[in-house]
Amino acid sequence: MTLGRDDIQKIAILARLEVNEQELEHYTRTLSQILGLIDQMNAVDTSSVSPMAHPQDVSLRLREDRVGETDRREQFQKIAPETENGFYLVPRVIE
Amino acid sequence: MHTKTITELIVGLRAGEFSSEELTSHFLDRTQQQKDLNAFITIDRDATLEQARAADRALKQNEANLLTGIPLAHKDIFCTENMLTTCGSKMLYNFVSPYSATVIEKFNRCGAVILGKTNMDEFAMGSSNETSYYGPVNNPWDRDRVPGGSSGGSAVSVAARLAPGATGTDTGGSIRQPASLCGITGLKPSYGRVSRFGMIAFASSLDQAGPMTQTAEDAALLLQAMAGFDERDSTSVDKTVPDYMAELDNDLKGLRIGIPKIFFAEGLDSEVAAVVEAAIDEYRKMGAELVDIDLPNSSLAVPCYYVLAPAEASSNLSRFDGVRYGYRAEEYKDLNDMYTRTRTQGFGEEVKRRIMIGTYALSSGYYDAYYLKAQKLRRLISNDFDQAFEQCDVIMGPTAPGTAFKQGEKTDDPVSMYLNDIYTISVNLAGIPAISIPAGFDKQGLPVGLQIIGRYFDEARLLNVAHRYQQVTDWHRQMPAVER
Repeated sequence: MTLGRDDIQKIAILARLEVNEQELEHYTRTLSQILGLIDQMNAVDTSSVSPMAHPQDVSLRLREDRVGETDRREQFQKIAPETENGFYLVPRVIE
Repeated sequence: MHTKTITELIVGLRAGEFSSEELTSHFLDRTQQQKDLNAFITIDRDATLEQARAADRALKQNEANLLTGIPLAHKDIFCTENMLTTCGSKMLYNFVSPYSATVIEKFNRCGAVILGKTNMDEFAMGSSNETSYYGPVNNPWDRDRVPGGSSGGSAVSVAARLAPGATGTDTGGSIRQPASLCGITGLKPSYGRVSRFGMIAFASSLDQAGPMTQTAEDAALLLQAMAGFDERDSTSVDKTVPDYMAELDNDLKGLRIGIPKIFFAEGLDSEVAAVVEAAIDEYRKMGAELVDIDLPNSSLAVPCYYVLAPAEASSNLSRFDGVRYGYRAEEYKDLNDMYTRTRTQGFGEEVKRRIMIGTYALSSGYYDAYYLKAQKLRRLISNDFDQAFEQCDVIMGPTAPGTAFKQGEKTDDPVSMYLNDIYTISVNLAGIPAISIPAGFDKQGLPVGLQIIGRYFDEARLLNVAHRYQQVTDWHRQMPAVER
């Protein structure tokens, strides 16, 4: 399977990335190469195989619903690009 | 002092031959002298010496723990409170974590000193340490060559004796392949053995932390400190940690070594093959028997991995959006533009490539053809190992298809770069443990690693098998011609 320039642009938008004209050629080529590698998977019939999500094949543990962590908002927000009154600031979304 | 193993340094510290402050200063000086190797991203000399002095007080008061006073280098993927954690990326150029990884906390409790944070491929994506935002790491055996990756800085810090031991992480070979290319010992434990809490996630169903050291004995010591259940990691396994040191000297008579023919087929460098075969022959002399085994689906491991790992990465790395920590673009029009510019400027090329592959594989209409298909292949690859281990106790082969390659040689060809991990990736997919140990050199004097693969949770046996080899050989004692 090879990808075209339009496919790359579409994928980039989904991934919140921007690919400029100069890079487009490069990503189209290398991503197509990687998909060529990936397509080798089709050599094997897996219709009767169950998928393996995890090496242990166990379900996630549950824990008691009680408070374990303390409030460390200040330490966590100290490293944020922009905060105000305990909130993370981002560009205005709703006018 | 720096040529000694951790085990030997512990004896010296306890006997009062030198203090932790002297030892730690010595290693700090070496990192400074060998700065051009670019093995470290962050070193905080004052904080490190403060920890060493605290260790010396504990030693004086006979309150020494397993690793009291031993300086260790940590891959810059482990969060460390009060110290930068960049993950090799511009995205985290200013990130100081508000908490430490469980692995770091465990080493702190054992009395170890944090020597510094080591260079790595950006977000652990790479096999040559060339994708780091902080520049490539040079292989001390030949500075024009790569150290392997992604734990390249950790491997070099141990190989050049800038640190007596280091931590690494291994998603598809990132501990074992650089260990092989740098001539050191590197262990990837079973998935679930070491907590992933505070270890920046790349592919969560594959990532695992492990030790990188001169010897298997030292690896046993570090694993002892790192391993164990952690309720903060939902995939951590609640299973007793055995005494790894106690098993090291077990006799190897009757050990059944599985040899997968496919690991010696086309694609393997002939000099590497010769070194690995000689190492296996050494085991035969120690009383082990060789068994031919078949891993029929192992050739599909690389394609399978390059669906699963990028898919999980594209999801994990969506958290880097410029809102809560790390880099934020300086100019933007609106929220979406801020996300996009932050990510476009903050991530490097290889990371973007993998995010895009993963995004594509998970996008609407392609899930069954890629992600589900890869998960099914993962089952077949894992079953192959289960069947093989019915006939043998460990599996042996090369760690990497060749020795260290020249910098820049593979940067423009991602697929040829990915094929470096052809013998390591299937181990991560199955979740089982494996170790790489120095087994000799090629004609250019570059180190070759022997890979030993074990059953799930059989780290003790891997360490035992590796240790016995290191008692009859001295490859692990060879060091590159850096200033000794």
